[in-house]
Formats: sequence, C-alpha cells, structure tokens
Amino acid sequence: MGKLDGKVAVVTGASRGIGRAIALSLAKEGAKVVVNYSGSEQKAQQVVDEINSMGTQAIAIQANISEVESVTNLMDSAIKQFGSIDILVNNAGITRDNLIMRMKEDEWDDVINTNLKGVFLCTKAVTRQMMKQRAGRIINISSIVGVMGNAGQANYVAAKAGVIGLTKTTARELASRNILVNAIAPGFITTEMTDALPEEMKNAMLSQIPLAKLGQPEDIAKAVVFLASDDASYMTGQTLHIDGGMYM
Amino acid sequence: MTTVLERVTKVVVDRLGVDETEVKLEASFREDLGADSLDVVELVMELEDEFDMEISDEDAEKIATVGDAIKYIEGKVN
Ligand SMILES: NC(=O)c1ccc[n+]([C@@H]2O[C@H](COP(=O)([O-])OP(=O)(O)OC[C@H]3O[C@@H](n4cnc5c(N)ncnc54)[C@H](OP(=O)(O)O)[C@@H]3O)[C@@H](O)[C@H]2O)c1
Repeated sequence: MGKLDGKVAVVTGASRGIGRAIALSLAKEGAKVVVNYSGSEQKAQQVVDEINSMGTQAIAIQANISEVESVTNLMDSAIKQFGSIDILVNNAGITRDNLIMRMKEDEWDDVINTNLKGVFLCTKAVTRQMMKQRAGRIINISSIVGVMGNAGQANYVAAKAGVIGLTKTTARELASRNILVNAIAPGFITTEMTDALPEEMKNAMLSQIPLAKLGQPEDIAKAVVFLASDDASYMTGQTLHIDGGMYM
Repeated sequence: MTTVLERVTKVVVDRLGVDETEVKLEASFREDLGADSLDVVELVMELEDEFDMEISDEDAEKIATVGDAIKYIEGKVN
C-alpha cells in the first residue's frame, strides 16, 4: 500500500533532474504519473519505462509550459488518459544567468515565461478539474534564492520569489475547495542545472551551507510526496526550505 | 422535456444549497443567493456541463442573475 495509491499526478519537467526524482517517488507511492517534458523525449520515455517496471502507470507528454495551448493539451490529455488530476507538481524551470547590467531582455523574458508564467498557466489549467473533485494538491518548486536573492540571477530570483507569492494566493483562493497549495524552496541540488554553474559560484554556495554538502534530487522528491499525501492535509500556502540550512 | 429554467434551478439549488423558491429570475447569485466569486465561477462551469456549451470568460462576467443565465443559455441553444 502506497501513500498515493490511485492518485494521478502531473509533473512538469520530469525528464531530468529533480522532476525525474519526483515522478519516480510519486510512482513508488502508487500514483499514476504524467511525465511532462519539453525537448528530451527519450529521457522522458526512460522515466516512463522505469515507472512501468515498478508496476505503476505513466505516460510522457510533450508540452511547453510557457504556452497556453500546449498546457491545455497537456492537462486535457492527462485527464483523458487517467480520468483525474489529483496532484500537480510545477517543477519545470530554466536558468539564463547574467548580471543585471548585462542581462538581455530575452533572457529576462524566457525565465519569467517558463518559471513564473508557466506555473500560472499550469495552475489555471487544473483548477477546474480539482474544483470539481473537491480535492487537489498543487506543489510548486521555487528556490531558496527566491527568498535570499542571488547575484547574477535577477530573472530567476524574481520568478522564484513570484512563485512563492503565487503559491500563497492560489492557496487562499482555492482553500474552500480543499485544494492545498504549497511550495518547496530547494537549496543547491545536484542536477544538470547546477552542474552547469561556474566552479567559483559552486564553491561560494557550498561555503554557505551549514550541512556542508549539496542536496540530492531525492531530498526534494521526499518532501513532494509528503505534501501530496494525507500527512500534509492541514498545510497550505507554505514554503518548505530544503537547503541544508542555507537560509534560516 | 424539462425547461431551461428547471435545469438552471436544479444546478443553482445543488451548487449553492438554496431553496428552490429562492431561485427567482431577478435573484442575483452574489447578492441574493449567497454565492462568493468562486461559487459563481463554479456555477458557470456546471452550467457549461449541463448544457454542453462553452461560456467565455467575458460572457460569464455578464451573468449576474438567474435570469441572465437563462437568457444567455436560451440565446445560445436557439
Ligand atoms: N538544481 C538545483 O539546485 C535547484 C535549486 C533550486 C530550485 N531548482 C528548481 O527545481 C526545478 C528543477 O530543476 P532541475 O535542476 O531538475 O533542472 P534540470 O535538470 O535542468 O531539468 C529541467 C526540466 O524542466 C524541463 N523544462 C524546461 N523548460 C520547459 C518548458 N518550457 N516546458 C516544459 N518543460 C520544461 C526540462 O525538460 P527537457 O528535458 O525536455 O528540456 C527538464 O525536464 C526547477 O524549477 C529549478 O528552478 C533547482
């Protein structure tokens, strides 16, 4: 018996990194999972195969979360395939780092469109279904830098701080319909996103982490399982900081 | 055949938990029937399902009373 038996979860950006770990962990608890991706079809299919081999159902659906038609298609396909959406994990995200002085307008727009507007579009697209169900969980992956600020990431930080505000507002708007909305603010987690950072930035961040190591995608996935489960039924509008103590 | 009025009344009674006698044509969902803004959104969703039609956000904003809803639906169906 899993904690999420029979539930249907949509995880955006589940082809790699943290999203992949989230999809696998939800499936391990018995959830049927929609593995969304943008370009990595093969990787998404690998995640689906891995879930199927655990004896649970999953499908991969391509969608660019910053485009409304794409998002509508994603959620419609999910409902058509599995009949409901009980859990939405807004995880997909990108970085286009630069100092404000050097940041180009399209670097700003790309990150806001994917990391903030994408969360809004996906949230909007599931509310009808969740309101009808009189139940739902939405879990938004923000970032600890959205709370602390971070030089070189104005676009990303603005989007991630925006996600925390969006989480609180969604939580308030939908609380009366038993839709619980929370965020997770990961610190420095080992994925392709952080592998791409310059060495000096990594060392600087490491020196700020009391637990003195990077986090693993599974550290975030476990918290998602908690927030999606009955264990978290008296929690909404909150942000869990999972960052090795970086921010206190 | 049940009329549009009867079908709308049933949706309103089920959704807002009001008495059938309160569902008059001039009754405003928000002022007379105790609906909050989310209730109105839901009501529109259920009318869409009941009558198998799509009501755009702009049109939905204009539906304030039971009569508005019926007029809108009859206009669309005919
Ligand atoms: N890694 C960290 O240390 C860290 C820290 C704090 C917060 N986060 C947040 O955690 C989330 C996951 O990060 P990660 O490190 O796992 O990233 P990642 O390894 O770079 O993976 C990003 C995922 O997002 C998908 N994606 C990107 N743009 C998309 C779009 N427009 N539409 C749909 N999917 C899209 C990618 O799909 P494709 O594979 O198809 O491109 C991929 O599955 C992000 O929101 C990130 O901001 C990460």
